Amino acid sequence: MRELNRMQNPYRDDKVIDACSIFGIMDTSGKRFSGEDTITAITNMHDRGNGLGGGFAVYGLYPELAEHYALHIMYLSRQGMKETEEFIKSQFDLVCAEEVPTRPTRAIIDPPLVWRYFVDVRPQRTEGQSPDDHMLDSVMTINTQLPDAFVFSSGRNMAVFKGVGYPEEIADYFCLEKYEGYLWTAHGRFPTNTRGWWGGAHPFCMLDWTVVHNGEISSYGINRRYLEQFNYHCTMQTDTEVIAYAVDLLVRKHNLPIELVARVLAPPLWSEIERRTPGEQQLFRALRQVYGSLLLNGPFTVIIAHQGEMIGLTDRIRLRPLVAGVKDDTLYLSSEESAIRLICPDLDSSWLPRGGETVIGRLKEPLRPSTPSLVEAITGTQPT
Amino acid sequence: MKTYLPAKFKITRDPQRCIQCQVCVNQCTFDTHYYDAEDDEVRSYEENCVGCHRCVLFCPTRAITVSRNPLDYRENHNWRSDVIEGIIKQSETGGMLLTGMGTDKNHRIYWDHLLLNASQVTNPSIDPLREPMELTTYLGRRPDRVEIDPESLLLKPTSSPLVKLDIPVMFSAMSYGAVSLNVHESLARAATELGTLWNTGEGGLHHKLYPYGRNTVVQIASGRFGVDPEYLDAARVIEIKIGQGAKPGIGGHLPGEKVSAEVSITRMIPQGTDALSPAPQHDIYSIEDLGQLIYALKEATNYSKPISVKIAAVHNSAAIASGMVRSGADIVVLDGLRGATGAAPRIIRDNVGIPIEMALASVDSRLRQEGIRSQASIVVAGGIRNSGDVAKAIALGADAVYVGTAALIALGCHVCQQCHTGKCAWGICSTDVRLTKRINPEIGARRLSNLLRGWSLELKDILGGMGINALESLRGNRLHLRGIGLTDTELEILEVRMVGS
Repeated sequence: MRELNRMQNPYRDDKVIDACSIFGIMDTSGKRFSGEDTITAITNMHDRGNGLGGGFAVYGLYPELAEHYALHIMYLSRQGMKETEEFIKSQFDLVCAEEVPTRPTRAIIDPPLVWRYFVDVRPQRTEGQSPDDHMLDSVMTINTQLPDAFVFSSGRNMAVFKGVGYPEEIADYFCLEKYEGYLWTAHGRFPTNTRGWWGGAHPFCMLDWTVVHNGEISSYGINRRYLEQFNYHCTMQTDTEVIAYAVDLLVRKHNLPIELVARVLAPPLWSEIERRTPGEQQLFRALRQVYGSLLLNGPFTVIIAHQGEMIGLTDRIRLRPLVAGVKDDTLYLSSEESAIRLICPDLDSSWLPRGGETVIGRLKEPLRPSTPSLVEAITGTQPT
Repeated sequence: MKTYLPAKFKITRDPQRCIQCQVCVNQCTFDTHYYDAEDDEVRSYEENCVGCHRCVLFCPTRAITVSRNPLDYRENHNWRSDVIEGIIKQSETGGMLLTGMGTDKNHRIYWDHLLLNASQVTNPSIDPLREPMELTTYLGRRPDRVEIDPESLLLKPTSSPLVKLDIPVMFSAMSYGAVSLNVHESLARAATELGTLWNTGEGGLHHKLYPYGRNTVVQIASGRFGVDPEYLDAARVIEIKIGQGAKPGIGGHLPGEKVSAEVSITRMIPQGTDALSPAPQHDIYSIEDLGQLIYALKEATNYSKPISVKIAAVHNSAAIASGMVRSGADIVVLDGLRGATGAAPRIIRDNVGIPIEMALASVDSRLRQEGIRSQASIVVAGGIRNSGDVAKAIALGADAVYVGTAALIALGCHVCQQCHTGKCAWGICSTDVRLTKRINPEIGARRLSNLLRGWSLELKDILGGMGINALESLRGNRLHLRGIGLTDTELEILEVRMVGS
């Protein structure tokens, strides 16, 4: 078995540490737009990265192929590509495949090959698993057992483009100004203990969930041990991976609404819980009692996205920056307000979300400039 | 028979300071000091001195010095003084050597080989003076997941009671009879004030202390002393005691002379009779029997209280703990090699069991491997000395710790290991009314509260330094530990990396 963590974490540190710029933009009406604004905004935060990683996630990218899984895979060798394609053909019905178009740029040296495959899961192949679980397992197989191959993204109607370089260089290389989507997230990376490896750049993707993340999770050790009990194995040794697995466990397996997932990752203080209504007290207490090991402790800001939804969240004492802005149907999330103002100088409103407060954009749902209370958010009723 | 035992301590009395007030004579319970009226001088039988320092601290003119008797045997690594003197004692008495407190042997103390982490640059440390810092801990069985009713979006109720601790440190089991009622009252009051729990031990709960039931763990041991429905109802947590770190596999024996009227009522045994706790619980000869007792107690208390099971840390702790959780234990208590006692055969205390650090590491890992870690809390006991030990225990995977000796030291104990004699000069481990009044429950409670308040401030500093503001993020987080001076095998069992790696 190929050890991903050796590529990602050559010095065998406890985990891969990095700091970053993050940016997200979503048109909640579902209107698609090009990557230009996102590129401009993330470029403005150039100094928050060190050129060892940049990346983008785009949703609503392939409307004409929306029902197929879009696998984006990077190869470090032709042999790796050959073996991986054989594996893909053995597991999936291949609809079409092509090399991801790139343009030669001075900044990007020795890039890997990147291909995309549109595939369907064969029902007879899944052995009773859901198609999503089968896809996840296949991605893990490619990443850990096939040589020189790594899956960038594996969701439907979305893709992740990432690599070693500043985000603007990656955008230039992958010609991202030519793509359109209704939701874009972007990341500029400042890793402190990796040589930089294309697979290690953000966004991190599982099915159609992506995470871009700025911060260091001091609770990583216990978060990882907790997730191992549910058979999630942190092969990449990054905080980002832990966040993605935690969200997958809570949303997909434990059926919790995202508002409550946020309260697991960044829970209210016990003293704050005591001041809530009895119903809320019970709920929040239960969440912390059961999922205390998933509390993400230490500084972080994340933008989590999946089909139709973008979520911004900071740690509960807000040790990393996040700014939110709204203009008509568009929600902006950014490490720095200047990046938003650069592409949208006349915002309807902008604000600094409090620590642990979620900012959520959903397709076809009106944006609310500040987050309502949780009871209001999940039950639609006014708090007393 | 003339004793061949040399005196352990030498007592010097500064004649210029001594005013013959005889405080030392009255304070000493081992008949060390006496007043010679003819010479108007206070003198000492040094061979009686146990080194408890009661006289030293109470002498109004600070005239007394107690030092080690400089009698040196010829150097020998095998025939050390403790070995020689053990043989002398046995040859003069023909019995088992009894002792008190935890082992005094130099078994490796792993806490001293573990170091904690702190944040620098890539993440900020958090200042507990400026930011909230949470030590709140819940003990008990929790479900694997939170279920929300999809219709009402409300929490689906579960039936596992959890107990809240404001600080993850509880007072360990010390029975009434072994320690005095004033000690129990000090512990109960302090636990209530601090928002934590104290443990009755196996000797029942005195009626005077029923009002402190919300902060009380009641113990059910092999002697079943003081157990009735009222006792169970009064408690917050019920603990089945299978074993004790100081004497794994051994029962207990409270001599009849300690069974006073009050002790007799509380223990529900006749006054003056020996209180014998058999080595095993005679209705638990196997794991399925434990399950029956656990569920009998749950039924008896209407599933309203967590049931804890305490074992001594022994070779197969991990497998045993797994069985305990599967038979319904909500809290697993592990008592390590260095755990203390009111009385135990010295040979057992010093030679049976394993260090708590290793037991904890292997139990926590095993329960995780089996996917049942959330079904029970782990509490460790046996030699926890300070908040550093507490933090390390939490990082290894403990939910909370019990402290016994540290609490007694707060009350005055000087660890002279004479608990089994019933003559405790500090009035802690005795039922002699003349001695027990030396502990004032109000002052005792204040000393105990002060101690744990200090620890809680230190824990917050430790957490903040790591960039963590809630204890659950340290719990089981072994990346915040590094080992120093340990072998590869030790590191592997602890699942801790070497410093510098």
